[in-house]
Amino acid sequence: MNIGESVNIALTAIRANKMRSILTLIGIIIGVMTIIAMQSLITGLRNSINQQVTILGSNVFQVQKYPAIQTGQLDKKYRNRKDITLEQALAVKKNVTSAKAVGAEVNTWGRTIVYKDKKTTPNVLVFGTTPEFLTNNGYEIENGRFLTEQDVHYKNSNAVIGVDVVEKLFPNENPIGRDVKMDGQRYQVIGVFEKKGQVLGNSLDNVVVMPITRFEKQFGKWRSVSILVQSYTSETYQETLDQTIGVLRAVRKVPFGEDNDFEIFTNDTLIDFFDNLTKYVRIVAIAIASISLLVAGVGIMNIMLVSVTERTREIGIRKSLGAKKRDILWQFLIEAIVLSEFGGIIGIIIGLGIGKLVESITPVPADVPFGTVIFGLVFCSGVGILFGVYPALKAARMDPIEALGFE
Amino acid sequence: MLIGLTDIKKIYEVGTVKVPALKNIDLKIGRNEYVAIMGPSGSGKSTLMNIIGCLDTPTDGTYLLNGTNVSEMSDNQLAEIRNREIGFVFQTFNLLPRASALHNVELPLIYNGTSASNRKKLATVALEKVGLADRMNHKPNELSGGQRQRVAIARALVNNPSIILADEPTGNLDSKTGEEIMEIFETLHDSGNTIVLVTHEEYIAEHSDRIIRLRDGLVERDEASVN
Repeated sequence: MNIGESVNIALTAIRANKMRSILTLIGIIIGVMTIIAMQSLITGLRNSINQQVTILGSNVFQVQKYPAIQTGQLDKKYRNRKDITLEQALAVKKNVTSAKAVGAEVNTWGRTIVYKDKKTTPNVLVFGTTPEFLTNNGYEIENGRFLTEQDVHYKNSNAVIGVDVVEKLFPNENPIGRDVKMDGQRYQVIGVFEKKGQVLGNSLDNVVVMPITRFEKQFGKWRSVSILVQSYTSETYQETLDQTIGVLRAVRKVPFGEDNDFEIFTNDTLIDFFDNLTKYVRIVAIAIASISLLVAGVGIMNIMLVSVTERTREIGIRKSLGAKKRDILWQFLIEAIVLSEFGGIIGIIIGLGIGKLVESITPVPADVPFGTVIFGLVFCSGVGILFGVYPALKAARMDPIEALGFE
Repeated sequence: MLIGLTDIKKIYEVGTVKVPALKNIDLKIGRNEYVAIMGPSGSGKSTLMNIIGCLDTPTDGTYLLNGTNVSEMSDNQLAEIRNREIGFVFQTFNLLPRASALHNVELPLIYNGTSASNRKKLATVALEKVGLADRMNHKPNELSGGQRQRVAIARALVNNPSIILADEPTGNLDSKTGEEIMEIFETLHDSGNTIVLVTHEEYIAEHSDRIIRLRDGLVERDEASVN
């Protein structure tokens, strides 16, 4: 029998029993809603982190003293390591032949920048780095120029500033060529970055970048340097990684057989960590949702059994008019599917709504998890079929004479 | 010959007891006959009607309908035969309460795969035949008893079946409306339809040309109507 007709019958039946249908669907709605809301937020976070991380640029990895993500107390194992120095970065640059670019960077947070009578809030992120910073971190120059090898070599007091700093200090002026002060020392602004926006509520434009050599002169040499290495292609990536590890082990005199005394951080590190972290959140949410869908399925089976009994006479009429077993089977199976899809769609809408709501009141972004939405719809059909098949079979097997005589 | 029943037996098993509802029925009904089946309750007339209507199969014997042996068909084959060959008219109308008159009449066409536009056309024609063209979009509860039965007759007609099988079609109607319904059957008979009427009312049976009386699962009398 044609599916359109079955869907019509199903919709009529659901409309005729609105209250009953909605009560039955609450389980499905809650189950689907839970998965969608959670997935919407996790996908949003993941995409946002992904964006931030891919800022490293393609085929770039970063070497640093501490792991990229630390949870809880800083492990002694990491604290006792020797710092990575600018000299070690230069050794990598010199010896890793398969690297396209090797940059070094250090940073300090919470600085105040002053220009004449204006000052920024004390939360500017200051980088000391090399010319490779630009491509390694995905920044672009809007105005002026970026640091050069000469700037690094001569420890020039040059600074490139982000849009947030420009807005605070130079609301009506071209900042290029002006002198700004930081901790009493004077820097000339030589360039301005293009606006980069926010990640998880943190502005990427509240930055000042200066030559690493000049940074160390002002802030001291005691910070461990991060080395950013870019390989030419994804094919040479592994080779570059191996070479870099080899060079660093040599210059840091790591004994043969011992672990590296530094950490490699790639584009995937943060995402891997995030996936690991959210894995348990997902498992718990899926478990809750599965239980509620199971309960919902039993509810659907129950309501379909009631529906089949109530409509015994209708089944008899249809059979007397020529409906075959499979016509009746499909009619009730499609009704169960339509019923659970109805709940699924409501659940998806509410779930996405919750995601959007959380996004609007917290910095956590939400995104439409298309895969999960499709999965949710398919899963609802599965629930409909699984729990609808028994009532539908019961209907299909009815004897037409008995069904017609049913009061 | 349209209907040929030979040596039909129907035995119901109630627990371990075998209850014979029909014992040796031999019956022949030709095309364009108008036959009434009568009998007191328990005479087997409902069982006979179910077998003629292909809702049930006999325990023993052969039933040739329109040249096809339907006595040993599967449920699905019987469904097809019912759809194609039989038009039912029931005492309680048996319309779907939530569907419009038009949709009720379309039902048999849905199960033989007629396209939606053709269904609508054929159902409209059938409703016109019973004089309900202006009530097509009404639900059964918006129609009077006589109108409901006319919708049911339109539904029975829509597939051009070989037999119209009416089970106490006036049983739920007042006598005036009942007469109107019987006039429709008369018109249908005049236009070439074969009608089998099951009733226990003598005056209803008199509308037919031939009355078959059942008693205790056997044909007691089979005679021309006196009208």
